[in-house]
Amino acid sequence: MNKQSYIIILFTSIIGLFSCEEPKDQTPVDTQEELTGGLATSFDFGENAFGHAVSGLSYEDEDKFVIGNSFFRSNWTVAPASASARDGLGPLFNGLSCGSCHNLDGRAEPPKSPSESLNGLLFRISTSGFSVNGGPKPDQIYGDQLQDKAIPTVKPEVKVSVRYEEVIGRYTDGTAYNLRKPIYVFSGWGYGEPEANFMFSPRIGMQVFGLGLLENISETDILLNTDENDENRDGISGKANYVWDAINKRKSLGKFGWKANQPSLKQQTTAAFNGDIGITTSVFPVHELSESQGFLNEIPNGGEPEISDKNIDNVVFYLQTLAVPARRNHTDDNVLRGKALFTKLNCSGCHRPSFTTATNSIKQLNSQKIFPYTDLLLHDMGDALADGRPDFLATGNEWRTSPLWGIGLIKTVNKHTTLLHDGRARNIEEAILWHGGESQNSTESFKKLSSTDRNQLIKFVESL
Amino acid sequence: MKSIFTKLAVVLTSFIFITACDENEPAPDNSTTEVLENYANLVYANYDDVVKTAQSLSTAIDDFTTAPTTTNLEKARKAWLAARSAYGQTEGFRFYGGPIDNDEGPEGLINGWPLDESYIDYVVGNPNSGIINDVVAYPAITRDLLVSLNENGSETNLSTGYHAIEFLLWGQDFNADGPGDRPVTDYIAAQNTDRREQYLKVVTELLIDNLTEVREAWKLGAPYRTNFIAGEDDSIAKVFRGIGALSKGELAGERMTVALANQDQEDEHSCFSDNTHEDIRMNFLSIKNVYMGTYQRVDGSIVSGKSLADLVKAKNAEKNTAVQTLLKSVESSVYAIPVPFDKAISNGDPSKNIEKSILGLRRLSDSIVDAALSLGIQVNADLD
Repeated sequence: MNKQSYIIILFTSIIGLFSCEEPKDQTPVDTQEELTGGLATSFDFGENAFGHAVSGLSYEDEDKFVIGNSFFRSNWTVAPASASARDGLGPLFNGLSCGSCHNLDGRAEPPKSPSESLNGLLFRISTSGFSVNGGPKPDQIYGDQLQDKAIPTVKPEVKVSVRYEEVIGRYTDGTAYNLRKPIYVFSGWGYGEPEANFMFSPRIGMQVFGLGLLENISETDILLNTDENDENRDGISGKANYVWDAINKRKSLGKFGWKANQPSLKQQTTAAFNGDIGITTSVFPVHELSESQGFLNEIPNGGEPEISDKNIDNVVFYLQTLAVPARRNHTDDNVLRGKALFTKLNCSGCHRPSFTTATNSIKQLNSQKIFPYTDLLLHDMGDALADGRPDFLATGNEWRTSPLWGIGLIKTVNKHTTLLHDGRARNIEEAILWHGGESQNSTESFKKLSSTDRNQLIKFVESL
Repeated sequence: MKSIFTKLAVVLTSFIFITACDENEPAPDNSTTEVLENYANLVYANYDDVVKTAQSLSTAIDDFTTAPTTTNLEKARKAWLAARSAYGQTEGFRFYGGPIDNDEGPEGLINGWPLDESYIDYVVGNPNSGIINDVVAYPAITRDLLVSLNENGSETNLSTGYHAIEFLLWGQDFNADGPGDRPVTDYIAAQNTDRREQYLKVVTELLIDNLTEVREAWKLGAPYRTNFIAGEDDSIAKVFRGIGALSKGELAGERMTVALANQDQEDEHSCFSDNTHEDIRMNFLSIKNVYMGTYQRVDGSIVSGKSLADLVKAKNAEKNTAVQTLLKSVESSVYAIPVPFDKAISNGDPSKNIEKSILGLRRLSDSIVDAALSLGIQVNADLD
């Protein structure tokens, strides 16, 4: 029903071209790396680049995918609606659907100016200490997440406005650059003042393809790269987060989220349904409302739980089977030189190019050599990027290495190029320049490059 | 994702490439060109009917907004239903990046679905929701505004197209046995009556313009059409791809499977007007029209000529028979789905004609892909 983005891939055209032309003198190409997600790779580079299922699904799996998709993208409504599978919104929420923050399975953009409301950016909050599960200690009134929207007749928790301060810097070659630092102003508290000196962490909705592949990387393979005390003395530690696993009722390795604070896709998804849309599930069956918000429990709900286990499984299946877009221009000379620089500057120290998946999923996701460019571990990213809010074992300075696959297509899918946890970087170049802490050495080396080299490195990242 | 069928058509027209380096290109096959010419005639005729029925709808809406009576509302609804029947038959012309749905194509403005009605106007429980009631943010309802708000922030934030008009004519459907029943007073004495009228008129005018743009691309002598007809097997692959993707992913998947699984009328295609049964029939007819190379116009005249069926039959009669047999059986199960569809999905389909149709349409898609293969053309109509 939607506008189509379409592509015809003529695999054989490449062969055809090469067979007609003289072979070029160029750097060797890794032939495997075009297939970023192995068998789970898609070849649409248009607006729907992030939205394709892995190929070869059975009729039954196709059903799960389309139903999961419908629950991901369709807006929830206020209960009670006319015999609706999708009522129960709120009472407090950040978005109307998963797609509100992950439009077209992609990435959200932060407000550009103080007058713009939040659309895909949310704030976690907490106070000093720990929750019973060892996580952040929730604020007494507002819990651990601020909801800036509410159903009619209910007050939102807060209004957040964002402005930016320009920060000026200079490359070694004298070229100036600008960064923008976000400043947040909280106002209009709906239920009283939060605890003094509350900590907050802005989080932007990120692209959601390839998650089944990441989930299927074995714990052993992830832990292989930990180096908490930097014993190899490369300036990079790499730390695993162990977080509360609400499904298995124990601590598990965190893999998803900006601070690797979610152990599984199912928990990530059900937590987001609850915290972001106000939809209860069997995993998180109640709305996180404090005493002063208790009256909100009197508002009609959309069932108990508001989304069935079956449909949660469909949404999780949908997320697991969203294919990863293939590389573009991976044989381009500039891209290949950029790739060499990426390794030379040790960007690959955290943005680890490749893993081979385990055998715990559906066949298209098993034993695949994939190129996510992440180690899924926590790293100190420096004071400038710090949120100062610990999240299980992640300190206020630590963030999970973001996967880089598909990064060059955000512009096509979501019509913006902003990056990092709060979307402060306006493009890849700014994102690199914000990197501090363990990545400080790499950033300093980047600043010393010639503009040609810098552009080649950026071209390489765009080709991912 | 947007729609799974927007995907990738992996069209491995391999033999073209095997010969691509040759000095001498093989002479074009006349029968292929004839099939493409007939296809282009059929597409143009169908879009011409679509534009004309949308113009009739616009006239009926003008009459209604000038004199908002129950009779005129009923006339406008009838005109919408007629317009949909013509449009439903064009959906097999999608899914290959043609004028309807290339990167600049207006498909999302014409037929965006599923739609969150509270994005447009009031709903039960929220009397102030929607663009129409947000006087502060949107002081004037204009064409540019509605275009800019379409798909803004969410795939279901839809402000334009057939289903927006449908909602403005019928309203939410709370009736077990019939469609929505928006009171005519919404256009006489309710909150923001004038803005609702303005919305309805503007969105219908926009629809006509978008549809006209698509029709013109298929006009005799138009560059897209000319190139398409000259496209030989590359274009034939697109024709196959369009109906294969419509049959499996879009119709069997998004439009039927989801609704049946959720038993939720919000998931049926025309959920305000209860016209979903007709949407399904017309989409099926689109597949049949294209394969058989025949289209019956709204005025009863027939466009007909050399078809995919002829091409396949000449190469592999058995595969052509397979497609045609499935067309017959799917046609009977599609037409046997009880009306209204929203009742049928809620345990109102004892003979399981919805399930039969879903399975039949998937098999039909597979058999279309198979038929294309017999011509040496590999088409992907799958969900990847």
